[in-house]
Amino acid sequence: MDPDPNRDDVNRRQFLDRLAKAGICIAAAGAAGFWFYDSKGPLSSAPQPSNLTLKDFSIGLPRQKMSIIRGADRAATLGMALKSLGGIEKFVKKGDRVLLKVNAAFASPAMLSATTHPAIITEMTRLCFHAGAASVVVTDNPINDPAACFTLTGIADAARKAGARVVLPSDDLFCPITVKGAALIRNWPVLYKPFTDIDKVIGMAPLKDHHRSGASMTMKNWYGLLGGRRNIFHQDINGIITELAMMVKPSLVILDATTAMMTNGPTGGSLSDLKHTNTMIAGTDQVAADAFGISLLGRSLDKLPYIGKAQAAGIGTADYMKLNPVMGSI
Amino acid sequence: MRQLRGWPVNWLIQLDPLVGLGTLLTTRTVYAGLLWGLATIVLTILLGRFFCGWLCPFGALHQFVGFLARRNRSTAVKINLNQYHPGQSVKYWILIFLLTMSALEVLADLIRLPGTHGLLFGILMLAALAWMIFKAARQTSAKPKKAGIMFLVVITVWLLLSAVLNGDQTSAASLQIGLLDPIALVYRSVNLVILPLVGRSFVSVSTLPRAYDGIFPIAAVFLSAILLNLSVPRFYCRFICPAGALFGILSRFAVWRVGKTKDECVACGLCEKNCEGACSPTSQIRINECVLCMNCLNDCRHHLLTYQIAASASGEMPGPDLSRRQFIASAVSGAAVVPMLRISGHLGKNWDPALVRPPGALPEKAFLSRCIKCGQCMRICPTNVIHPAGLQGGLEGLWSPVLNFRIGTSGCQFNCIACGNLCPTAAIRPITLDERLGRNRFADHGPIKIGTAFVDRGRCLAWAMDRPCIVCQENCPVSPKAIQTREVFNTIDTGSKLTVAKAETVYIEFQGTGPGMNQLATGDYFAVVQSSADHRPRRIVSNWERGLRVAEGLPFDPLPKPGSRIDIQVRLQQPHVDPNRCIGCGVCEHECPVPGERAIRVTADNESRDPEHALLLKR
Repeated sequence: MDPDPNRDDVNRRQFLDRLAKAGICIAAAGAAGFWFYDSKGPLSSAPQPSNLTLKDFSIGLPRQKMSIIRGADRAATLGMALKSLGGIEKFVKKGDRVLLKVNAAFASPAMLSATTHPAIITEMTRLCFHAGAASVVVTDNPINDPAACFTLTGIADAARKAGARVVLPSDDLFCPITVKGAALIRNWPVLYKPFTDIDKVIGMAPLKDHHRSGASMTMKNWYGLLGGRRNIFHQDINGIITELAMMVKPSLVILDATTAMMTNGPTGGSLSDLKHTNTMIAGTDQVAADAFGISLLGRSLDKLPYIGKAQAAGIGTADYMKLNPVMGSI
Repeated sequence: MRQLRGWPVNWLIQLDPLVGLGTLLTTRTVYAGLLWGLATIVLTILLGRFFCGWLCPFGALHQFVGFLARRNRSTAVKINLNQYHPGQSVKYWILIFLLTMSALEVLADLIRLPGTHGLLFGILMLAALAWMIFKAARQTSAKPKKAGIMFLVVITVWLLLSAVLNGDQTSAASLQIGLLDPIALVYRSVNLVILPLVGRSFVSVSTLPRAYDGIFPIAAVFLSAILLNLSVPRFYCRFICPAGALFGILSRFAVWRVGKTKDECVACGLCEKNCEGACSPTSQIRINECVLCMNCLNDCRHHLLTYQIAASASGEMPGPDLSRRQFIASAVSGAAVVPMLRISGHLGKNWDPALVRPPGALPEKAFLSRCIKCGQCMRICPTNVIHPAGLQGGLEGLWSPVLNFRIGTSGCQFNCIACGNLCPTAAIRPITLDERLGRNRFADHGPIKIGTAFVDRGRCLAWAMDRPCIVCQENCPVSPKAIQTREVFNTIDTGSKLTVAKAETVYIEFQGTGPGMNQLATGDYFAVVQSSADHRPRRIVSNWERGLRVAEGLPFDPLPKPGSRIDIQVRLQQPHVDPNRCIGCGVCEHECPVPGERAIRVTADNESRDPEHALLLKR
């Protein structure tokens, strides 16, 4: 066959040049294939077990302390309760960074007592700064819309006015945590990041009726640190509350029973659900504080199995009289 | 009240007279701030389509994208792209189609005039007859005979129609201008597509990232409209925009207009190089297409073009370019489409219970005559629970607000009235907190219900799976709670029969295998002695392979005999909804731990806005 007369013959140089480029391309494709070759396919992936835990924030007293102060003025009873424990200076040292774990669960006004009252946040923040705290952070992962909760409860306003920083629970603040000896809180997302540069943790909970667990107090308050699909833990409410108390070792807990939610908890929604029990409890033992709180709701300990379980786990004592609580009134 | 952080966030919507006119036709009222549209109308009659060239954000976006796309093109190409196209009359068809849809009720009333206001009809007809006789007598009418026949035909058709037209709701109006109105389109696209995209990818514009269901078609319309600028400048403004069409009609008698001062010019065509409206300023300018971009004033080297009171020296095209046939075709199809859609009966017995509207939403028919699908309610909702509807409310309800309790932070917030107080057309009424919650003046009415929660007993942990839960009850914000629980003790299968080997007051050891390690110690499990006088369940505090221990408070008395059987029971609190108290807020559905289809779900049953949807007997 005759070669096409219109065709320019490829000369040797051009041919070698083209051959070299083709060779490089083939080599590159082959190398890429070799590099990315995967004979096994994806394996079932087990999540990396997390070794993260929350620090121990307790102040290490030789023995636990508790005070129970009667009175209707929250700022006054809180002040007196702390004074009778030896003063806020015993808990917050100069330069400490303090975190207040409040209960901001619902977007309802403070007067309905479903959330931590702004007045004790103001007072606690003031006292912390008075003791020389470097910073105060207020946080929670509420059930309702977080921004709405912190705003409508008055917590955000109270905290900011007193000089504290409000941390809203954005997704990037959660880390998987494993509580030692726990069956439920294993690799579970917890509002961890706000705790990383903190020296002291103070739990501040209102006293509320809670249909599933019996009552929501200082131990149940830590539920607001859980992230993820935390509602599945209601299948074992006593187990999860006990493990939450194992997870957080606070410097101090406050149980505000100035106005207790007696019925329709934990949301309330009506003033008729509330009763003025006019009591402020402060202490280092969450189990003891809760055990006393139940008596204000007029319920017996055996209706709340988590108290017994927490005591068995060595978190504290349900027999609060053993702590010789300071009683007082204003 | 209608401002977000002090900004008048509805102002552009209110300035858009198509929104005002559309709702005027459907409701015969101009709601609150929509009166601003009158200012735009007056200015348009004076100045021409200033809104398109100077105010409309969509127009500005088109102009900018067009500028980017063609900044290096030759003058000849640009001039060629800006020639008038007969397709520009399509926007008038769209406008007439949408307005007829809105005007259906008014039109129906007009047709019924002989029946409802016979005297008025008679006076009108006599006046028309007198006018025709007057004209015929003065011999100004060209064809008095033809006019007379037309008159008789009109009267006959009118009377005939009024006799056969019945008054059922399928003839009701529907406001659909929001689908293509540029302001509603921009608001919807920015609120539901642009802001969430920016918030998720770059700077956060909300506390938590916002999610909106089914936004793909919204984004597709927005992006197509913008990308069309790459091939045709201002495609949307020239061919589609119904608001532009309205301004075009209004500007017909504009006092000031763009035009040439002298007819003779070199016909260089430079004035059309950057002509945004494609309105042919070189020759006979089309005033109704001119968007007052004023580019021709700059581009004419001879300063022949100006903004003046006199008509252009080269003459003007009377517009809009719309034949009688096109007008009638658009109007008739607009009039037919709503009654046709409503044949499905979705406003009657075939209503979709998935269509849960925000609190304060009007009854569906009235709602559809106001909603412009602007997405303002979805943007302001603090819990992100309001979403653009798909086809739940029929094609008419596309992109109107519907509640999706799976998305968002926490159902419809109990003490929130944001959406109704922002809604620019009052499709969602501006209710007060007292009305929402049924307090004070509204105590007799009770709270506004947007639906009712139903427990799915086949999926509920406590009903179907012997697992304690009641997250729904806990989160119900109503006092007393609309979800109440009833306590039951269900015997569970432990895998083998438990037979007592040895028993003490709070302690039992079993023959053979027992209940396994510690899984009964959660505080929710109880031991019951079979065929014993004392049937009371005793709370298990710990258990192991061969035995269990119960709480100290209730010891066995008498002690179970060796050989007797033990049942293990789980204490369950099973949720029940009281439809009288339930307001349909959906917090329960949002919080239900059953991950896929929730075990408690809200539908629009018993919603306050429509008595036809009532569930309970009222006494």
